[in-house]
Amino acid sequence: MRWVRVCADAMETPILLARSDCGALWIELMGAPVGLRPSGALWIEHQSALVAGDLHLEKGSSYARGGQLLPPYDTIATLDRLQADVDAMNPRLLVLLGDSFHDPQARGRLHEDDSRRLASLAAGRTLVWAEGNHDTRNGSTALGALPGEVADELALGPLTLRHEPRPGLAPGEISGHLHPCAKVVLARRGVRRRAFVTDGRRLILPAFGAYAGGLNVCDAAFTGLFEAPPLAGALGDGRVHPLPFSALCGD
Amino acid sequence: MDGARAALPPRFQAWFEGRGWSPRRHQLDMVRMGLEGRDTLLIAPTGGGKTLAGFLPSLIALSERAPRNSAGGVHTLYLSPLKALAVDVHRNLEIPIAEMRLPITVETRTGDTPHAKRQRQRTDPPDMLLTTPEQLALFCAWEGARAYFADLRCVILDEIHAIHGSKRGDLLSLGLARLSQFAPHMRRVGLSATVNDPDLLRRWLAPAPRRADLVTGDPGAPPVVDVLVSQNAVPWSGWTARHAMAEVYQAIQRSKSALVFVNTRFQAELAFQTLWEMNEANLPIALHHGSLAAEQRRKVEAAMAREELRAVVCTSTLDLGVDWGSVDLVIQLAAPKGSSRLVQRIGRANHRLDEPSRALLVPAHRFEFLECEAARQAVEANDLDGEPARVGAQDILAQHVMGLACAEPFNVQDLYAEVITAAPFADLAWEDFERVVDYVANGGYALRAYDRFARLVRGKDGRWRARSADIIARHRMNVGAIVEIPMLSIRLAASRGQQRVAGRKIGDMEESFLEQLSPGDCFLFSGRVWRFETIAGLDALVVPAPGEEARTPSWGGSKFALSTYLAKRVRRMIADRASWPRLPDAIHEWMTLQELRSKIPSEDEMLVETFQRGRRHFLVAYPFDGRISHATLCQLLARRLERAGRQPLGFVANDYALAIWALQPMGAMDMDGLFQEDMLGDDLEAWLDESFMMKRAFRHCAMLSGLIQRRQPGAEKSNRQVTFSTDLIYDVLRRHQPDHLLLRCARADAAQGVLDVARLARLLKRIKGRITPVELDRVSPFAVPVLLEIGREAVAGAGAEALLQETADALIADAMELN
Repeated sequence: MRWVRVCADAMETPILLARSDCGALWIELMGAPVGLRPSGALWIEHQSALVAGDLHLEKGSSYARGGQLLPPYDTIATLDRLQADVDAMNPRLLVLLGDSFHDPQARGRLHEDDSRRLASLAAGRTLVWAEGNHDTRNGSTALGALPGEVADELALGPLTLRHEPRPGLAPGEISGHLHPCAKVVLARRGVRRRAFVTDGRRLILPAFGAYAGGLNVCDAAFTGLFEAPPLAGALGDGRVHPLPFSALCGD
Repeated sequence: MDGARAALPPRFQAWFEGRGWSPRRHQLDMVRMGLEGRDTLLIAPTGGGKTLAGFLPSLIALSERAPRNSAGGVHTLYLSPLKALAVDVHRNLEIPIAEMRLPITVETRTGDTPHAKRQRQRTDPPDMLLTTPEQLALFCAWEGARAYFADLRCVILDEIHAIHGSKRGDLLSLGLARLSQFAPHMRRVGLSATVNDPDLLRRWLAPAPRRADLVTGDPGAPPVVDVLVSQNAVPWSGWTARHAMAEVYQAIQRSKSALVFVNTRFQAELAFQTLWEMNEANLPIALHHGSLAAEQRRKVEAAMAREELRAVVCTSTLDLGVDWGSVDLVIQLAAPKGSSRLVQRIGRANHRLDEPSRALLVPAHRFEFLECEAARQAVEANDLDGEPARVGAQDILAQHVMGLACAEPFNVQDLYAEVITAAPFADLAWEDFERVVDYVANGGYALRAYDRFARLVRGKDGRWRARSADIIARHRMNVGAIVEIPMLSIRLAASRGQQRVAGRKIGDMEESFLEQLSPGDCFLFSGRVWRFETIAGLDALVVPAPGEEARTPSWGGSKFALSTYLAKRVRRMIADRASWPRLPDAIHEWMTLQELRSKIPSEDEMLVETFQRGRRHFLVAYPFDGRISHATLCQLLARRLERAGRQPLGFVANDYALAIWALQPMGAMDMDGLFQEDMLGDDLEAWLDESFMMKRAFRHCAMLSGLIQRRQPGAEKSNRQVTFSTDLIYDVLRRHQPDHLLLRCARADAAQGVLDVARLARLLKRIKGRITPVELDRVSPFAVPVLLEIGREAVAGAGAEALLQETADALIADAMELN
């Protein structure tokens, strides 16, 4: 891999970028090389850790309860993608970065095949469910029959993994929760894609769930989280595209 | 007809005489049909007393009924596609009722009717209820409907030519089938403008497999149609007709009042602005299109009714509507694209039957001159283009079935028997019907995950009913076959401290257009130029930018495609050299040059030119079969050329021709092989599934069928705020259940509408073995118009990935420079 220093917009410290054959975009986060995968998951090499945020499992059935019978395949689709990443990287540690279930009753609606699939994903490695705001509603963090352990947040060397970004600057933080999306308008066409957001010091993951919506990174919710305009890593067809903040459009 | 004449009671005969009228033949025919209890279609030109003819039998029957001591139900139900029309008909109907002192009550019911009045209409129904198809769908989902309509004797459908061939028509047809269940003695009356295939409407109107009887009004004076030959040079391409606007203005000056029809909103904005710039006489000219705020449109309509306006620049929003007596000229700016639409628009001028309507066609460029001339001849010959019979949409059927379950439990077999009496669903197979019911109940998924969330439950009696009051309430909020285009409010930007906030509202505009704008871009709206700042929530913030150049949207041209009928006439006109001298000099010269440099195709041939220009190789084909099927053909040809190693780079299409350019020459190719019909197989399927048009079609089907709800109890959510994206649902469903009902619906819609696959199939069949390839050393005169379109439209071939790649590459390039 060849690393290039990118200094887009008004960044004071350049970001180191590289591309790998599998379509991942590599960056140095607080000096640690990490891979932003086209699936939306993050690969932390020196820890052999795979991180995916905001799975929102059973979102389909959550809407079905209210009479909108969305296709009941979102959990399968989400786990299929996770499985593909786990098979490709064979991580020692698998972290689900919060909001893994769409609502407090979602676990109870999980099909037994899907529960078994989660168990097989956890086999032979450590699975950590980082706490998320959807998961802890009603104060319940019990996993029931599901494998793995629950944690508030997780420290991996210089990096801290937590569901919801802390307000203000938080060097070394890896989070989710905001479902970032990047939009580009070129040649009179707009493209809106899920995206990683990073300034080389903190990183926000896109939502991994099949039905999870997105929030434009130009939204006010992202202001104050980065020192300088961050870079977006938009999920493309089999690769992650680095986009400078100045090229992005609001909704 | 003496027997029929006797059918008019003395009171009515005296009323006609008192007004100095005598009843027209078709009015008496309608009375006779009413007495015989027949379903009847009345086709008559505007201004022929058509509406009165529809109501006469009911007025007579109601005036002769015996007094009764209990309140009766609705006797006659009138359905109009336009709210405003229902209101206008109400006003006109009150005149004979008042003058003859008939004991008949008439009321209007639309979405604007106050809640209290609607409640009262339920407990105390009028004799005649005038309403819209959407209100009928709501009635069908109401538990009291069966009793309410038990006494219904007649339903009158107005302007059915404008509604039958659409999803709205499907829903209306199903509603009629239901009304016939409630009131077996109800007869159906349809009112229509002149159409090319009355039998299609007769079948649509009556319960299948019957046909309604036909009554035809006497034709009015034939319209006088002129094609404008401008003093200025006719442009090679474009759609603004700017070169002729001074002449259009003069035509307005010479008329009492004119309707200026254009084909899109942006054309309307542009034409309006141009007319204002040259409006030295300060004529009152107004603008009317679907993006303007409703109250603004009402104001224009009211001013028109008061005869205060000299002209209104308008889009198809005024194709139908209330009659304005003062209009004496219809101007069609840019070609009308179809003769039926043109006839409909011409009918908006001069509603007196014995005087001809006047129309002026203004071609925007050279091919359009031929097209306008073809349209003029078609109107003269009364040769109207029609649409093929429609197969009812299953997403609409799903909505209807859910509605019925909200009203009362149903038996599946009985309901099937009822549904197939609706003409668009006459051929629906039992298995397909079962699948729709399963979709309504459980979502129709192979994975039976939702049994406990089912929307329909089956009782011990075997009948299906809605599961809960909540589900019923949600359904009733989402009735109707119109998917509103996502709109944003255009508002003046104001400052509050450092923040930009939304100020006064200027109007509404399609979200899809505003999303194409970057901050600082200027655009035309409501006759003025605005600079776009940003989108905040549901508002687009703008500031006035007078004098700035406005950018035109990529889809500024016509949204209608050239009709098959007109296209055929244009091809014939081109092939017929004897007719050339009658054309204006510039056009004549242009065609002569084409013959010299390339070739004039015969009526049945398709000319294909290939040539090199710069480093690019071009292929230009002239199917003359409409922009939509050409664009689809381009997509499929590009795939073939890619496989054949020609490295296509891009393409462009208009109503007459298509052009593809590539890195490799295409002249020596086997053209019959390239245009083989088999491209409509796998290539089409593969491309379709990926295309954004499928996603858009899926979104509509998902909304209409109730998979996702447009409106939610307690929350006025707009489309924009729907918390999940239908694109995501589409992707998941396509992978896990590709044969799902909604995907089939979406494919059918895309093939029918935005892609016009059926027409493309006819085109490929027509040109089979009749392709004439010509290799040229330079561009031909006919090729110029389509090549001029390059760069005007977004490059349709460029994928989303390419855009992301381009932006990312620019960043990397910057980075490398830094190193």
